[in-house]
Formats: sequence, structure tokens, C-alpha cells
Amino acid sequence: MSKLPIVDIRNVSKVFTVGGGEIAALRDATLTVQKGEFVCLIGASGCGKSTLLRIVAGFESPSSGEALMWNKPIPGPGPDRGMVFQDYGLFPWLTVRENIGFGPASRGRPKAEIRETAERFMALVGLTRFADVYPHQLSGGMKQRVAIARVLANDAELVLMDEPFGALDAMTRERLQDDLLTLWGRTGLTVVFVTHSIEEAIFLADRVVVMEPSPGRIASEHRITLPRPRDVASPEFNEIRRELSARLHSHHAKTAA
Amino acid sequence: MSDATLASTAPPAAAAFPAGGLRRRLVPLGLALVAPCALLLVWQVAVQSGMTRLIPSPHEVAEEMVDFAVGGIWDDAFSGTLLTHLFASMQRVYGGFALAALVAVPLGLLIGRVALVRQVMDPFLQLMRPVPVTAWLPLSMILFGLGARSAFFLVFLGAFYPILLNTVFGVRSVEPRLFEAAEMLGCRGNAQFFKVVLPASLPSIFTGLRLGLGLAWFVIVVGEMTGVPQGLGAVIMDARTLSRTELVICGMIVIGLAGFVSDRIVVAVMNRLLRWSPLHHV
Repeated sequence: MSKLPIVDIRNVSKVFTVGGGEIAALRDATLTVQKGEFVCLIGASGCGKSTLLRIVAGFESPSSGEALMWNKPIPGPGPDRGMVFQDYGLFPWLTVRENIGFGPASRGRPKAEIRETAERFMALVGLTRFADVYPHQLSGGMKQRVAIARVLANDAELVLMDEPFGALDAMTRERLQDDLLTLWGRTGLTVVFVTHSIEEAIFLADRVVVMEPSPGRIASEHRITLPRPRDVASPEFNEIRRELSARLHSHHAKTAA
Repeated sequence: MSDATLASTAPPAAAAFPAGGLRRRLVPLGLALVAPCALLLVWQVAVQSGMTRLIPSPHEVAEEMVDFAVGGIWDDAFSGTLLTHLFASMQRVYGGFALAALVAVPLGLLIGRVALVRQVMDPFLQLMRPVPVTAWLPLSMILFGLGARSAFFLVFLGAFYPILLNTVFGVRSVEPRLFEAAEMLGCRGNAQFFKVVLPASLPSIFTGLRLGLGLAWFVIVVGEMTGVPQGLGAVIMDARTLSRTELVICGMIVIGLAGFVSDRIVVAVMNRLLRWSPLHHV
């Protein structure tokens, strides 16, 4: 417990005011993420997993509690935390190359360096052939590769992913999961990944954080120690899947009663 | 590491002039000529069968057009003056349109982006908007006198609102996600204006420019009712007073063609600047 965590969320609550009423999106969440860790947040809709991610990203500020990165309050969105959205959020008027170079360009890096960075990260996600193509000409999986490369090209040390593969077909999703793990293994990134798929969470994560709705809160944490690459059909994998599934559904049973 | 679904949608760089390219150009041209030719036919038949005595035949109009363009047939006050009038009108149309664009685009960007400007300007502009350009005619003649300046002002008014409203709409409908993406990549504050707001609203701005330029040609006749000696609108008004209907029709045709060519130029620029947008290729 001696290492300084990259992300430290302490008793964070978030209340949204909607049409005069108040909605508790997140109540009393506490979570730490160590450098290099791959953490998945999982839960039904309304459990506050996206809210928690957006607080770490700096798009939302906590109503109470503290959200720290390297022990300093998160001031707002910044290039050290790259977000990958489910709907990609690519700039449609920029080519693949220009989208990936957007971060370095915004930070006023020299032209040659921007170009070199874009080349490197296009190669990393396998899109060199499509350098001068606009986003509308790409498939969903390729758009998400651009979004990931864009964040990495900007030197983000923490990658926040909000159901990034949720809109993709099963084949593409599996492929991107594999590629993401490869990238993660190669770069020493820290990843916080929101999903509603139990299988995806167990396949990817070092640690799965289970969240529950109304009000959104953290219910339990599970360390996944299966060696990678993980076999989703193995008995050990299914054991964990059953356990997490039971955790997630016990809540539904409670509310249904 | 690549998805194989793209190859067919890669940019059509090699599609410049392959075999059959000529045909691909002629077929749309032929189709586009169907309706004008049908109109000519109906017109000719109607005049020939004596359905109307007041409208000249296409042949008479064609003859007038030649005289209007190069002279040598009637040799009257209008012979060979087409270019003079066309240039006079073009100056007003493009001048008024350019001024409208120069004012409306920046103002629209500000109204869309800055709440204070919106609160101050929007109610005022919305109040002024329903007033038709024709209603401004008397006031414009008082303010700017008889002549070209009045025409210029009326064209400006006609082109102003479509450009302004579409620009505001474009700015207001930028996807919020793109601001988040920009911010998370380190582009914040005023830098977002040029890197996000402007490119994202460009399609709407161009829609406004197209409508504005169309309206500029549309109001040129009203604008040139202000007693200007030259201009296609002036020609039409004079020809009407002289009951020279064939000259009226010539003026209409020239305005139509000029407006069409103007629009094509805007579309060409638009297609170049918006080649990233699948929805804006006309």
C-alpha cells in the first residue's frame, strides 16, 4: 500500500439536477488505480460507471469528495488523460493522419514532430494505408483505432474508455480487445475501461469493479489473476463469470422484490 | 491489424477520366435538358396555336437575345448592351452578397457562440427579419438615394438573413462530443473556435451562402427599381414600360443563367472545402 496511485477517488458523490429534481448519479465512491493497471468498471445502466469515468476525465466535477490524479485534484480535461468515446468523437473534417496529430498540433509541437508522431501511431494501430482517408470512409472498428491512436499520440498516461467497443460487431470487438491488450502490454499504459459486458471485463482487466444503480455506487472489486491471453471458454473463466454474474443480478433481484 | 471493410470506400482518386467518362458526363447533361426543352416546346405550341397574343414566340425572343447581346438587328437603345447591364447587375449582386457574407458569417459565429451577443442581437434581428426586402424599397431610397447604392443595400438585405441564420444554426448544432474531444486533447478556449466551431459549421455556412447568393439574384430586379440606368432589373422594368415582352423574357433568361453559374461556382468551392463530408456533395 506504499505506492502512490495514479488515480485516487475518495468518497466521491455526484448529484445532477434534472428538471428541478435531483438525481444521485454516484454515491460515496472510493477507488484507487495503480500505474499500469487495467481496471474495468462494470454494471447496469444508471450505476454511475460513466459518471465516474467522466469525473476522472475532468468533464464532470464531484459534488462532494475528492478526485485526485497523482495526489492532485483533477482540474478539468487534459491531455494526460485520454478519453475514447463509444461514438468515437473523431473530427470528420480531418483525415486519419490529422486526427491523430490533433493533440500534438494543439500543444504547438513542431510540424516535423507532429508528422512523425502521427506516422508512428498510425503504424501502431495498423492504419498507415488509410492515412489520408476521412472518418466517414472508415468502418466502426477502424474509427475506434483512430480514436485510440489519437489519445496515445498525445502522450496520455491514463486512457479512459467509455464502452468503446459497444457499437461494434462481435468479430471486430474481439479483435480490438486483443489489440488493446497487446498495446497495453507494450506501452505500460494505465487503462480504466467501462463496459456492460461481464465477459469483456474478465477478458481484459486486472481488476473488475462492480457497480450498482439507484443510487450509483461501487458494490465490490474482484482481482482477476488468470494468465493472459485468457480463454473465455475455460472452466476458470466461467467460474469468475458465474460469480460476477451472481453479484450483478443479486441487485436486480432486490429491486424487483 | 486492420479491418478489411474499407477497400471499396477508399477515395476515388483513380476515377478521373476512365473509359466511358465522357458518357457519364453527357447522360446527366441530357437529362437536365429534358425539362427546359419541354418548356420551350409547350411555349412554341401555345404561341403558334394562338392561345396567347401577348407572349412572343421563342424565335422572337431568340432574335431579341441576339440583338441584346451583340446588336445588328434592331439597333435600338438596347442593342448590344447585354454585357453592360450584366456587369452592372453583377457588381451589385456580388458586392451586396460579399458584404452580406462579410457581416453575416462573423456575426452568426458570434451569436451562436457568445451568449451575450445572442441575447443582445437575436431578438432585434428576429424582429427585423419578417420585413420583406420590397418593403424596404421606399426607405432605402430615402436613406441611400436613387440609384446604385439603394440597389446594393437591398441585395445586401436579401442575402443577409439566410447566411446569418444558417451560420448560427451551424454553430449551435456542433456535436458537444467534439468539444469534449478537443478539450481532452489539449485544445481549449479560443483555440476551439478555429479548430472545432468553424470547420464543424462550414457545411451550414455554405448552405447559407448558396441561399444568400440565390436571393441576391432574386432581389436584383427589386433593387434596380430604384431608378438605376443600367442593370438587368432596370432593363426588365424599362422593357415592361415599353411593352417589349421579348426583352423582358431575355432579361429573365440572363438573370436565370447568371444565377445558375454563380451557384455552380459556390458549389464547386463547397465540394472542394467539404470533401470530408459525405452529405455535402452536390
